[in-house]
Amino acid sequence: MKANYGYKDGSGEFYITVDTDKCDGCGACVPVCPSAVFEVRENEFDPLADDEMAAVTEDQRKKLAFSCSQCKSKGYQTLPCITACGEKNAITHSW
Amino acid sequence: MTKEFWRWKEYNWQDENINWRDADIISAGVDVGSVSSQAVILADGELFAYASMRTGSNSPKSAENVMKWCMEDTGMTLDDLEFTVGTGYGRVNVPFADKAITEIACHARGAHKMYGKTIRTLLDMGGQDCKAISVDEKGKVINFLMNDKCAAGTGRGMEVFADLLSLPIEEIGDLSFQVEEEPEPVSSTCVIFAKSEATGLLRDGWPKNKVLAAYSSAMAHRVVALLERIDIKEDFAITGGIAKNSGVVKRIEKELGLTALTTKYDTQIAGAFGAALFGKVLCEKKRQKMAKV
Repeated sequence: MKANYGYKDGSGEFYITVDTDKCDGCGACVPVCPSAVFEVRENEFDPLADDEMAAVTEDQRKKLAFSCSQCKSKGYQTLPCITACGEKNAITHSW
Repeated sequence: MTKEFWRWKEYNWQDENINWRDADIISAGVDVGSVSSQAVILADGELFAYASMRTGSNSPKSAENVMKWCMEDTGMTLDDLEFTVGTGYGRVNVPFADKAITEIACHARGAHKMYGKTIRTLLDMGGQDCKAISVDEKGKVINFLMNDKCAAGTGRGMEVFADLLSLPIEEIGDLSFQVEEEPEPVSSTCVIFAKSEATGLLRDGWPKNKVLAAYSSAMAHRVVALLERIDIKEDFAITGGIAKNSGVVKRIEKELGLTALTTKYDTQIAGAFGAALFGKVLCEKKRQKMAKV
């Protein structure tokens, strides 16, 4: 499934999407993010599954535009979270 | 005392044809939302009782009150609930719950039961947020979207408008269609800005119903924009308190070009219903585990 975290406001749409079918909960995205946007937790959308997945922390869901801005200025391809996820390609950004 | 136009009815319901003492598994769900709390009790997966109340300032207390009201006069006590799942904003604050599950998963599961297996797109219009959820044929969430920062187009907004216009909240859906022609939507869906805009319109001499129509269509437009980010597939259904407001529901349907499914169940209990269904499955799992030991 696709879990979208974030919001839309006057300045744009700021969603980070984690594709739980692609994410295996390896946690590579957690330490590389300078704003600590990610955490690995149980799949909150499928309580009967035992797998873990990456998710945006509740704290960060309301301020992604600011949290991510330090990486964004360096260009999309070099985002640490996306690079760390690598071929799994489980993380996407809407902006 | 001044009349509180926003105040909606609190209610409870029990199925008198079910003797819960005969049931093997009693599972329950409590959905402690930001505005209202619901409790559902299932006897072997069949709906036995439910209740809906306003959430107070103390969520553990609200959870307990609504559950107690739900089982009122049935002779049931909290100890009789074999597995209870808490959900909603206050889910971690339900003292008698065995597990907390997000309201997204619970709404999907509950709606799958309430509206049938054909449901693919679900819009939960809650008290203080709206959630767009895609589900598969098993009721599992496959896509989920909400706006974490803005509560425009939610039940709380409707309460504010009921109060502003001095019209009972249960009636405003139908009243919003009693207009000569559909007005332009108010330009802002933010509850506060929409309220000041509406105050201006009233001052300009707009009739109440017309103001209501303008707000309802702004609300519909706003949630349709949210829905469009996930793929809208049929069948489509709405849960939550706003699902009872024909003024908003019909305007959403019109904008989407779809008809929303209807249900014999109360649209507000979807979250608690789903939680109780999960409770039944988790209870069976727990029993299996214990049997192995």
